[in-house]
Parts: sequence; C-alpha cells; structure tokens
Amino acid sequence: MNTDANTNGFLLKVDDLKTYFPVKKGLLRRTVGYVKAVDGVSLAVKPATSFGLVGESGCGKTTVARSILRLIPVTSGKVVFDNTDILAADSARMRDIRAGITLVFQDPFGSLNPRMTVANIVGEPLRVHKKITGSELTEQVRLILSKVGLSADAINRYPHEFSGGQRQRIGIARALILKPKLVICDEPVSALDVSIQSQILNLLKDLQQEFSLTYLFIAHDLAVVQFTCDIVAVMYMGKIVEQATVSELYNNPLHPYTVALMAAIPKITVSPQASTHRLKGEIPSIFNPPPGCPFNPRCQFAGDNCFSQNPPLVPVSGNNEHLIACWHIKK
Amino acid sequence: MAANDTLLSVENLSSHFFTQQGVVRAVQDVSFYVKKSRTFAIVGESGCGKSITALSIMRLVPEPQGKIVAGKINFSGRNLLSLSEKRMRAIRGNRIAMIFQEPMTSLNPVFTVGYQIEEAIRLHQHKSKSDAHDLAIQALQQVRIPDPKQRIKEYPHQMSGGMRQRVMIAMAISCEPELLIADEPTTALDVTIQAQILDLLDQLQEQSQMSVLLITHNLGIVAERAQDVAVMYASRIAELSDCKSLFDNPLHPYTQGLLKSLPRLGFTGKRLYTIPGIVPEPLRFPAGCKFHPRCPIGCNNKRCQTVEPQLRQFDNGRAVACWFAPGYERPDDPK
Repeated sequence: MNTDANTNGFLLKVDDLKTYFPVKKGLLRRTVGYVKAVDGVSLAVKPATSFGLVGESGCGKTTVARSILRLIPVTSGKVVFDNTDILAADSARMRDIRAGITLVFQDPFGSLNPRMTVANIVGEPLRVHKKITGSELTEQVRLILSKVGLSADAINRYPHEFSGGQRQRIGIARALILKPKLVICDEPVSALDVSIQSQILNLLKDLQQEFSLTYLFIAHDLAVVQFTCDIVAVMYMGKIVEQATVSELYNNPLHPYTVALMAAIPKITVSPQASTHRLKGEIPSIFNPPPGCPFNPRCQFAGDNCFSQNPPLVPVSGNNEHLIACWHIKK
Repeated sequence: MAANDTLLSVENLSSHFFTQQGVVRAVQDVSFYVKKSRTFAIVGESGCGKSITALSIMRLVPEPQGKIVAGKINFSGRNLLSLSEKRMRAIRGNRIAMIFQEPMTSLNPVFTVGYQIEEAIRLHQHKSKSDAHDLAIQALQQVRIPDPKQRIKEYPHQMSGGMRQRVMIAMAISCEPELLIADEPTTALDVTIQAQILDLLDQLQEQSQMSVLLITHNLGIVAERAQDVAVMYASRIAELSDCKSLFDNPLHPYTQGLLKSLPRLGFTGKRLYTIPGIVPEPLRFPAGCKFHPRCPIGCNNKRCQTVEPQLRQFDNGRAVACWFAPGYERPDDPK
C-alpha cells in the first residue's frame, strides 16, 4: 500500500486516549468506580492506509471508534484528525469533522432505517452536510450506488427488499457519498454469510484504491484483518498489547495473547490440532481488573513483574514498528 | 444401506413450511448417516436448512406451519418419525440431546442452573431429588466449571457466555446421550472461548463415545473437529464426504468456491475469490440446479438450468449433486 511522502503526515493521531464509564450504585446513583473501557490507547494512521484494531468482545475496540467521533464523552487524551484537535473542537467544527469521518456498521439490518428509501438513506449525509438537493442529489446517489455495485433501480426501493450483502453495500454507499477522508469500519463483514464476505472485502479494497480512502478497521477475525490492513493493533481489556505491520505480526507474533488468539482460529486444513497455546480461563471482569498486566491470569509465562506492574507498550529491539506490552518478551 | 456402526440414519428427509406466501421447502430430500462415536458436521450458510434438519431429527419443527413431509429417521433401529409423542419425549433430551447457539436464551433466567440440570435428570432417569443434585454437580464438574457446588446455586445471568454454554452442555450430557446435536454451539462466543468449548466437546466425546451432529457455518471448525461432513446449499445436500477428502479435493463447485473465497491466515494475495450473486430465497429458488446462477461451470448450461441433479453416491463413500462432478454419470444433454 502506498504511504504518504511525508512520513510524519498522519491523518489520524490518537494519544493516550482514556474513556472511563462511571459505575453507579444505590438509591442516589453514587459513582462507586469506573469501567476503564479504553485505558491509554495511542495510535496513528497514515493517509490511504488501513489500520486494524482486533480483539475479543469487550476489549474496547468499538469504544475507541466512538471516542474518536466523540459519540461518547472521553475522559482524557488527545485525538488529532487532519490537523484539528477533535476533543477541543466546538459543535460547529465537530459537524465539519464528522463529514470527514464516516462509519460502516456491523449489522446491515439495524443500521438502515426501514421507512426510508435507498435514495434517502444514501443521500441524507449530502443533504445535511452539503445542502445539496434535487436532481444533483439524485445524480450523486446514482453515481455512488454504481460504485458499490448496486443497480440504478435500487434507488426507490426500501432496505427490506435487499439481502444482507446488498444492505451492507447501501451502508458503504452512505459512508462514502461525502467523500470522507477516514472511514471507520466496525466489523463490516461479521454479520454476513461466508460467500458474501469476500465480495464486501474486495469492494472495500477497490474503493480504497479508487478514492484513496483511509480505513480504521475494527474486527475480531484475524484473517479478515490480515487481508484488509497494513498495520494491526491487538487490544485486550482496553489496552493495545501488540502492534505491528501485518506481515510482521502474522509471521512473528510475540505477545502471548496474540499467539493464543491466532492458535484459537480454526484452520481450514485437516491436521492434528496444536492445542499447546490454548488459553485457560476467561477474560477477567472489566469492573475489577487484576493488578499488573491485565492478561496475567491467563498467561502461561506470568512472573513477578506481571502481577505488580502494568507493562508499557514499547518497541521491540531492532524494529521500531513492532510494539509490545509484555514483561516477558526481551526488548 | 446402513452399516452396523451407524447410530442415526436420515433418509430422504423433507421438511416444509406452509406460509401465506407459499410453501417454503426448507429441507429437501436430505440423506446421511451418523456413525457411532464420530462427529458428523452439516455446514452451510444461513437459510440453507441445516438447523431445520437438526430440528426435524428432534421432531421439534415448529408446528403448525412447519411439517416433516417425507423421509425416515432411524435412530438405533427405530424410525423416530413413527413414534408417538410420548415415546419421542423419552428419547428427546435423554438419548438424543441438543445444545443451541445462544446460551442466554436457551436457559431459563428465573431458575438456578442447578434446578435446570436436575429437572432433566429427574424427568428422564427417575432419580430422587438428592441423587439428581449429586449428578448435576458431577455434570458441572465434567464440563470443567470450577467450584461446582457453589455455581450450581447461581442463575444464568451471573455467568459469562462461555460458562452458560458449559451449563448447556452439562445439561445435555447429564443423561449420557448417544447422540449430541450441537447447533452452532460456539457462534456467539469469542474465539479463545470457542476453542475451549470445542476442546471440551472433544474430551466428552472421547470419554462417553457419544456421536456428535455438529451444525455450523464455519468451515474451519469442520476441518478441525469433524470426521464426516455434508455441505448444504438451498435446502439440499450439495456434497457429502469424509472431511479430509472434502478439503483436499472438493467436488461441488459451491464447495470449491467457498473454500477459495475464505480469507485465511497467511493469505497475502491482493483479492479474494468471490462467488458471484447471492444465496437464493427459499420462495424463489431457481429452476434446475439451485446453484447454477452462481456457478462458473453451470451458469450457461442447459441441463443445469433445467434439471436438478440428485445426490449420487460414489464407491469411495463420497456423494455429490452436480452434473459436472468427475465421475457423475449423466444422460445426453437436452437439446
């Protein structure tokens, strides 16, 4: 994938993002503690590349996306998009920013209003943000629908007339009609059938090339992320535990959690199972995380340090692009 | 046909739903065998009829719209379809047990997990309350729930998804069934928990020698866990095979396309293979072979467009329903 000539020119830069949800209890709804859904996440995305966030349910990957768009209050940190500090922007400025960052959702059924025609669904962002109406709007809707592989007669139909894969195309058309710089794809294929997934993944890749899109790609499926992304960050309990380029991460996974996650994926080869990396136990309750490294209750290598101190995310020696948060790995 | 080591044989099963819009042929002419202490997988995309096949075996197809219209289901020598409802109840949950995809909705939220496991044991095995209680604790131990004496008093909402699925499995195996039907047992779970649950099922199968009928959409799970597999497409079996042969040498164009289109770990290509088009709706199945509009071989072939191929068995135990499969005999092409 091509990278920007200026290597410092990141389109999106997130610094030490923290999003805590208060836990309220009792008659007076007093705040008794916090759920640290996102706890110190930093990431940087270059233009026209794809950045993947992977992790299991509840690890905070979607909360990162929602925090970037300020759809939920952020506790602390810094988010810079296109040279604008998002967390400091006023509401008018925020409106402009949201025209530059759009979302593709997981559920192609719940994310489209059943009472609106495709023309209204796809055209609404243009009406709201660009004040475009009438025949020009219709023209643009037609154009984007053809780009996502839907026929022109789709324009006056309702979402229920389409299959899951086609609805996901409608959702993608809606996300692209404003010509955004950044598209956040939140599990865009996990609700789709196997034979439809590859169609949508190819489409997302084609559109990225055609419009030089930047993707923040959120998924739980490592194979999907490998196909779509350039850089991948693995999240566990609100923190990034490992981050590297795709080929580095898949050829040389270092964090015990990443290794276990890869081993847990069922492989399409009939071979003796390698259960050596099988994780024991479950993800600890996020209300009451263990002290030290959040992975320590399930980690076969956990030693003294792991139970007392949280490991920082630091580069592996000899490779500045491969970051890891683990006491066990020699840096 | 059925050999001695066959526990369950399904022959020409058809289950239909009679709706206001028309007859939905959810399962059409499905035949397969599940051997003793082996895992047989049915794999397919949503709406292909794999769950209705499982429900038909349990005789739980939702009536009155749904009905088993034809076929035989032989379970250790008896045709389940000709049993009285009372007899069937003695088998269901006792000798054939089932676990479902969503462990939250399949457990009753207002009873403790202990009560729910004991209920099955007391109904089927006629044990006293205290014996049932001991057996329930034993079942929880078997599914590796830590501290079963405490957990047995808990309600489903106090447990995680993986724990709930373990409770479901404990309930299913508490009567030591000969056949366990697992309908997408891990789809709602995270991958690391999924691996644990599948490992657990493997261990239980080894201990008790039960057979497992595994319903899933995940070809990776099939490759890792099953010995025999049926690939379903649009209410019919497209291909039937032992697992190794299927993944080494898929015969049906649908299976070939599915295997090629999966993003795999280690894949570094620029584009994925795609099967064009979409899965047909049951009320608008195309004529002829139901896969022909999406098929790279059959889309322009007159025979594929007009005549539906039957599942035909080969000498090596594999079976396929495709006019163009190697070795599939066909009469002269229609003019």
